[in-house]
Amino acid sequence: MSTQLKRRSLFDGQIVRRAGVDALVKLSPRTMMKNPVMFVVELGSVLTTVLLFVNAGTHHGHFKFDLQITLWLWFTVLFANFAEAMAEGRGKAQADALRLAKSETTAYVIGKKGVIEEVPSSQLHVGDMVRVVAGQMIPGDGEVVEGVASVDESAITGESAPVIREAGGDRSAVTGGTRVLSDVITIRITSNPGETFLDRMIALVEGAERQKTPNEIALNILLAGLTIIFLLAVVTLQPFALYSGAPQTVFVLISLLVCLIPTTIGGLLSAIGIAGMDRLVQHNVLATSGRAVEAAGDVNTLLLDKTGTITIGNRQAAEFMPAPGVPPNQLADAAQLSSLSDETPEGRSIVILAKEQYNLRGRELGSMNAEFIPFSATTRMSGIEVDGRSIRKGAVDAIANYLQEHGTPMPPEVRGSVEEIARKGGTPLVVTENGRALGVIYLKDVVKGGMKERFDQLRAMGIRTVMITGDNPLTAAAIAREAGVDDFLAEAKPKDKMDLIKREQADGKLVAMTGDGTNDAPALAQADVGVAMNSGTQAAKEAGNMVDLDSNPTKLIEIVAIGKQLLMTRGALTTFSISNDVAKYFAIIPAMFAGVFPVLNALNVMHLHNAESAVLSAVIFNALVIVGLIPLALRGVSYKPMSAAALLQRNLLVYGLGGIVVPFVGIKAIDIVITALHLA
Amino acid sequence: MTLNGWLQIGLFIAAVLLLAKPMGSYMTAVFERRKTFLDPVLGPCERALYRGTGVHPEEEMRWTHYTVAMLTFSAATMLLTYIVERVQLWLPLNPQHLANVEPALALNTAISFTTNTNWQSYTPESTMSYLTQMLGLATHNFWSAAVGLALAIAFVRGIARREMKTLGNFWVDLTRGILWILLPISIVFAFALVSQGVVQNMKPYDTVKLLESQKVTGADGKTTTVSTQTIAQGPVASQEAIKMLGTNGGGFFNANSSHPFENPTPLSNFLQMLSIFLIPAGLCITLGQMVRSPKHGWAVLAAMVVLWFAGTLTSYWAEAHANPALRGVDSHSSLAQSGGNMEGKEVRFGIANSALFATVTTDASCGAVNSMHDSFTPLGGMVPMVNILLGEVVFGGVGAGLYGMLVFVVMSVFIAGLMVGRTPEYLGKKIESFDVQMAMLYLLIFPLLILGFSAVTVLMPNLGLSSLANHGPHGFSEILYAYTSATGNNGSAFAGLNANTHWYNYSLATAMFFGRFMMIIPMMAIAGSLAAKKSVPATSGTFPVTTPLFTVLLTGVILIVGALTFFPAVTLGPVLEHLLMRAGQSF
Repeated sequence: MSTQLKRRSLFDGQIVRRAGVDALVKLSPRTMMKNPVMFVVELGSVLTTVLLFVNAGTHHGHFKFDLQITLWLWFTVLFANFAEAMAEGRGKAQADALRLAKSETTAYVIGKKGVIEEVPSSQLHVGDMVRVVAGQMIPGDGEVVEGVASVDESAITGESAPVIREAGGDRSAVTGGTRVLSDVITIRITSNPGETFLDRMIALVEGAERQKTPNEIALNILLAGLTIIFLLAVVTLQPFALYSGAPQTVFVLISLLVCLIPTTIGGLLSAIGIAGMDRLVQHNVLATSGRAVEAAGDVNTLLLDKTGTITIGNRQAAEFMPAPGVPPNQLADAAQLSSLSDETPEGRSIVILAKEQYNLRGRELGSMNAEFIPFSATTRMSGIEVDGRSIRKGAVDAIANYLQEHGTPMPPEVRGSVEEIARKGGTPLVVTENGRALGVIYLKDVVKGGMKERFDQLRAMGIRTVMITGDNPLTAAAIAREAGVDDFLAEAKPKDKMDLIKREQADGKLVAMTGDGTNDAPALAQADVGVAMNSGTQAAKEAGNMVDLDSNPTKLIEIVAIGKQLLMTRGALTTFSISNDVAKYFAIIPAMFAGVFPVLNALNVMHLHNAESAVLSAVIFNALVIVGLIPLALRGVSYKPMSAAALLQRNLLVYGLGGIVVPFVGIKAIDIVITALHLA
Repeated sequence: MTLNGWLQIGLFIAAVLLLAKPMGSYMTAVFERRKTFLDPVLGPCERALYRGTGVHPEEEMRWTHYTVAMLTFSAATMLLTYIVERVQLWLPLNPQHLANVEPALALNTAISFTTNTNWQSYTPESTMSYLTQMLGLATHNFWSAAVGLALAIAFVRGIARREMKTLGNFWVDLTRGILWILLPISIVFAFALVSQGVVQNMKPYDTVKLLESQKVTGADGKTTTVSTQTIAQGPVASQEAIKMLGTNGGGFFNANSSHPFENPTPLSNFLQMLSIFLIPAGLCITLGQMVRSPKHGWAVLAAMVVLWFAGTLTSYWAEAHANPALRGVDSHSSLAQSGGNMEGKEVRFGIANSALFATVTTDASCGAVNSMHDSFTPLGGMVPMVNILLGEVVFGGVGAGLYGMLVFVVMSVFIAGLMVGRTPEYLGKKIESFDVQMAMLYLLIFPLLILGFSAVTVLMPNLGLSSLANHGPHGFSEILYAYTSATGNNGSAFAGLNANTHWYNYSLATAMFFGRFMMIIPMMAIAGSLAAKKSVPATSGTFPVTTPLFTVLLTGVILIVGALTFFPAVTLGPVLEHLLMRAGQSF
């Protein structure tokens, strides 16, 4: 399977061709009505086309001009449609790739009495039990109820390294269309035909169910309002022109109207929205709605899990701190013994540290008469019984209780070491042997590189970061300080997380968080932006409004940036579009009236060649600027984290002032070209 | 342009800015019902009024309730004025025995004064009795200004409040606006005007013998000899004060503030201009204080000052240059003469103070005049027109200017707010589709009335064009100005247009009525919607509304969104006239 979501160049040949066809299909009035600005342009184009034919018989000498205006009006509509089709096309291409993964497979359903039946994967229903063996495709979304397997999820995530899926716990969810590489698992199907994750994903990237987001609706109202205002200005201009003795042709009036109404943003608005979703997909994040992307831009508070997001997931043993009177190598030996069968990275790091510092070789447990005591939630300790030695290691309070049962106190020096480690942001593990504290293992939390800078950037953008950790407050504070987060929530239980979100929201703030476990689900649902890890449980994925296919919690920061970029692109092009009107007025108004009042040529500041070339240049500029801005609409305006004041200043300068200046230059250039080509 | 002229303009704006803070702080105290030094006198009056009218001052109103109360009050007072006009002959205080006002004019005038427009299709001294002027018109000068104040305060509360349904009590805001703000200042101001020579009496008009008889040729071609002159009298000072302070602008005399009995001296002229801007400037500070962002208030005020300065500069520059047709005539300013274009201006005010007054009176929707805008040069006359076309938000009418400006603020925040990468927020309130919808409605009504009525009027030779005294672009400007002034509730006229016809009286009345109330309703809807919203706390990621950059943005949006709509119309009016004048053609 190599059908991953690959990055495509902005103007992929296949997408461009398909968009060209779609642009024509979208001319249907029913589609156009959804976009009031471009609908007005289409009506204008129809009107001029009709007039062109009506006037064709009469010899009034403006046919060449009228024809060109009509063509460019149609181009304006087509360019806008093309922009939207381009944005959709990228999604469609990705959907096609995903559909390949959806190819029909045979599912081996475990029927009643354990008989295995062959059923086409498209006919699986919720509750069906399916057995999948190595080499087979998983036929549908489900939960592993039995067994462990390595699964190739590259069809969905693009990540080629296989992942482990096992029954129980937070790694039980499997996705249809992925392949089992080893072992055998039994899966309980959790989705009905047509509702699978892959189906949802296809619908999402294709934009089939795209609904306008709240901000898009508001912006559309603004654009429709401006269109009506300019319609008024143009409709009333004819009586004024009649009074002045300089009546205008319908072609010129419609040209003025189309130039004034905000066609640039009107034509690109939906493309911007689709492209925003698409950018998320490029980052391997699926959002269930455009609303979620907008909310990401508005986020005030980021809740970041410490482990995996702020620190490297695994803590590393850094030091053995023996209790008074205990030789260091005795502590190391006991620590290593107790960790031998501990397959967690932390356990392994203890074994390695003992080997490195005290040259203690890892021993084969099998050869010894040993009983491993696994970690349990009730005792919160693990350990080993070997050769009469009873070794335990665990958190300080758990060990303290354990020692109390043995009637021995915790030596104050050990407590001192524990506190020292906690202050440094580490995790202390106390080791005991036969009811006597040997000392403390210092497990160090390693903060990921570059996090401090990123949090500084977030702060500059006005976003507060809160680290969520199960650590005690002392440890949490130390790591928070090192990572540079604004705040932390220590000893956090799922309910605390939920309360924090509700508290922030009560202050009017928007909260984003990531999560993967089932117990994260309520908080994911409550958060304004809840990003579930693809490796997480089904419950988590359903509760959140985004899924990160890479299961990388740090990506929350990118998601916020994408949301902001989407909103900024909208704002920038709106400002640009409105600012453009200044130059268009100076092109068209003198052209309309200088014939009767030559003095009005004083307003022809661009020194356009003649009246027809002036109007034509403005209309052509207006059409071409849509095409010219398609890359910007699809890619989004460039974005660097900075304060709102700095962003506003920069964008106002580029898109506000630029929006005033650019058309003066552009219209003049087009005028020179069409004059040279004798088009007007 | 002279140094002396600029010094006077500088003195004026310095005084406005100096008074803004004390005035604003005082108004904040009044509307937040905090202690003021006038409480011992006015407190009992206020309580008695509430007891007498059955108003429960603690009762809060939703935006709909507030708006309906305001509309009811306006309708009732409008009716009162209409009735007084229609029966003034049978009422006292009519020493000149002026006839009852005919229905079209009476309606136009009643609407005009209720809407704070004070458009006058009539000559006051020969149409309105003293009682009508005092009971029918001067009262409205207080009421309509207080209504504007109340609405502005309600809007500001909408911004300041969080998750609340109500905006205050209309009757309380109305009462406190009149008792604490308009009345006391008007009383002091009236005495100041009397000290300068403004008259205040109830006497019949004086008839004086001319020093030299004049031969006058009438319209019918007959020549008569005139040897006496009638000098109108009246309770002028008391009406003059609130006319300016309340940005009403309806003159006691036809000549308005160019009449020596209304505005006799340069000092009275200075005070009149100052009083126009006093409350609108102060309200910006009140805004900043009530929304707990004083800098925002100053940023809004700064945008107003920038636009005021642009207007003053253009107008003063244009008027300081004479019509180029007067080739060979010395039109330079010197100690002996004002120079420039003195047509229609009072010598005691000169060019600087006439240009400044014209800018101030149209920036704010006052409409009082101390010179004839019709006689300004084309560009000089364009300034008052464009000032009104901007939406009467440059200082603007009492209250109306602020709420109009705030609608533009909401628009600016919405358009540019996205550029900081968040959905638009104004002082923590998210601007959503309902707010945009209402703001667009507000912005739409204005050009609809102005352009719509002007377009219809220029298409009607008999009803519309026959009233024109001038043709060509100047005639067009006269019509455009009339509907602009009416819709913007300014009330100043470009003259040269006989507006006392049925078509103009009714159409202008419609423009005034809808230009006021149809814009208030969406504005109040925004206020109600804002009040109900949660407030997002400000961070460094919040759209800044307190910086000079915001002032630039706001100014830009007002110019581009507000003025661009009218660019074609203004081009065919004053701009064309200006270019033709330079080419040697006058109208």
